[in-house]
Amino acid sequence: MLDILSRYDVLAAFWMTIRLTLFSAIGALVIGTVVAVMRVSPVPVLRRLGAIYVNVVRNTPLTLIMFFALAGVGIILQVNLVDQSSPTSVRDSAIRWAIVALSVYHAAFVCEALRSGVNTVPVGQAEAARSIGLTFGQSLREVILPQAFRGAIAPLGSTLIALTKNTTVASVIGVAEASALMKVIFENETASFSVFFLFALGFVILTLPVGVIFTSLSRRLAVKR
Amino acid sequence: MSTQTVLFDAPGPRARRRYAVLTAFGILLALVTLGAVLWKLNAQGQLTGDLWKPLIDPEVWTSYVIPGLINTLKAAIVSIIAAMAFGIVFGLGRLSHNGAVRWFCGIIVEFFRAVPVLLMMYFLFQLFAFNNVFVASLNSFMAVVIALTLYNGSVIAELVRSGVHGLPSGQGEAGLSIGLTPGQTLRSIQLPQALTAMLPALVSQVVVILKDSALGTAITYPELLQSMRDMGTAYATVLPAYLLAAVIFIGLNFGLTMLAGRVERRLNRRGRGPRPGPATAASVMDDADAMSAGPRS
Repeated sequence: MLDILSRYDVLAAFWMTIRLTLFSAIGALVIGTVVAVMRVSPVPVLRRLGAIYVNVVRNTPLTLIMFFALAGVGIILQVNLVDQSSPTSVRDSAIRWAIVALSVYHAAFVCEALRSGVNTVPVGQAEAARSIGLTFGQSLREVILPQAFRGAIAPLGSTLIALTKNTTVASVIGVAEASALMKVIFENETASFSVFFLFALGFVILTLPVGVIFTSLSRRLAVKR
Repeated sequence: MSTQTVLFDAPGPRARRRYAVLTAFGILLALVTLGAVLWKLNAQGQLTGDLWKPLIDPEVWTSYVIPGLINTLKAAIVSIIAAMAFGIVFGLGRLSHNGAVRWFCGIIVEFFRAVPVLLMMYFLFQLFAFNNVFVASLNSFMAVVIALTLYNGSVIAELVRSGVHGLPSGQGEAGLSIGLTPGQTLRSIQLPQALTAMLPALVSQVVVILKDSALGTAITYPELLQSMRDMGTAYATVLPAYLLAAVIFIGLNFGLTMLAGRVERRLNRRGRGPRPGPATAASVMDDADAMSAGPRS
């Protein structure tokens, strides 16, 4: 097995997985927070828009979103995220569309995690915030969201773990991350259990600390009530 | 939703004006998005009738959409049944009084929950192909089904475990005290109640299986997404093909979720619904040990 691995850059593949995870996590957190605010806002139209976003995205397969982003939006609609003249434009465009697809998809789950966090905040907190004269925006910024984020840490952790595993789907549009490299190794050599276990172990190593950290964070930061 | 009444008062005149502005902004946002999409579609010549006509061509439906849908449903239904069986067996195994069984089931469940489904599919597909395990045409189907079963079965095993743990301890004690063995108590008293309590989480897992079956396209299993891509290539209508696939998937999953909501409300009316224990969908999300109800593709 070692001679097989010496011919392939496994670490570079996992580095791509990590980068996809990081950038998509940031994107998903930003979009998800905006949608979550829309979903708890007092304006029915915004609430409806947020609900439509979540229901549409959550019920669509990530594979479909991935293909749609690169082939549909990127190639057919000619929305370019990269400089077309750069020598690596094809590769970079796939990577960036993968990040967009992962962000858009997981934003729906971030939104639901945050909303479940908002639901853990007791009524009295919001009432107290309003009674001292804070506006909706202020009470959300200063009182509700800080507590909601803490209550949402555990579900956000599950979303991040799922995101890490879902970066493998980027291989369907040709992003050279871990599962794509495993596929290449299998095609060139043979489907051996040891190689599979190595890649599986890689994902366990990536996701296990996240689970441990988020569990302890959610315990430590839990709002004492 | 409780938050709606929590976060704000009945609006006064100024707030009402602000809400009106925000409403206008929301409508504008929707219209601008829609307009930008249509403008871009038009600019790339995607709005011509010829491109969308294949969607109402009966031949497209009989040779692409329906077969793809049947393959998707076939893989999903087989996986759902197998995953439930796997989940119940290993979930009960993790509750066993035999330490060795508990450890074995624990390792299996934790391993398959940590490994990405697609990684498993690639591996199984190549494994079957290299060793001629099945007939060539069956390899991709079996890879999809087995990978989905192992992953989702492990998640369901965790649901079963947390469902049984969420029951009042009196249930198990009562079973033991009337002379049932621990195994009998588990099977005939705790498991049926746990299954009822975990129904909502179970349905969201079924949605996950249905969605994940689309991963089969990565290993050339001719499911709905794959056949829609083929159709997109054959008729040179890539965008409409993707959109139709999305509509079908969203419709199926949305219908399932609606059905689950109705069943849950019904169970609640009969007083047998999910207890406020760790088995409802929301609290499973909170339970950091059960990283389960999270977003699979």
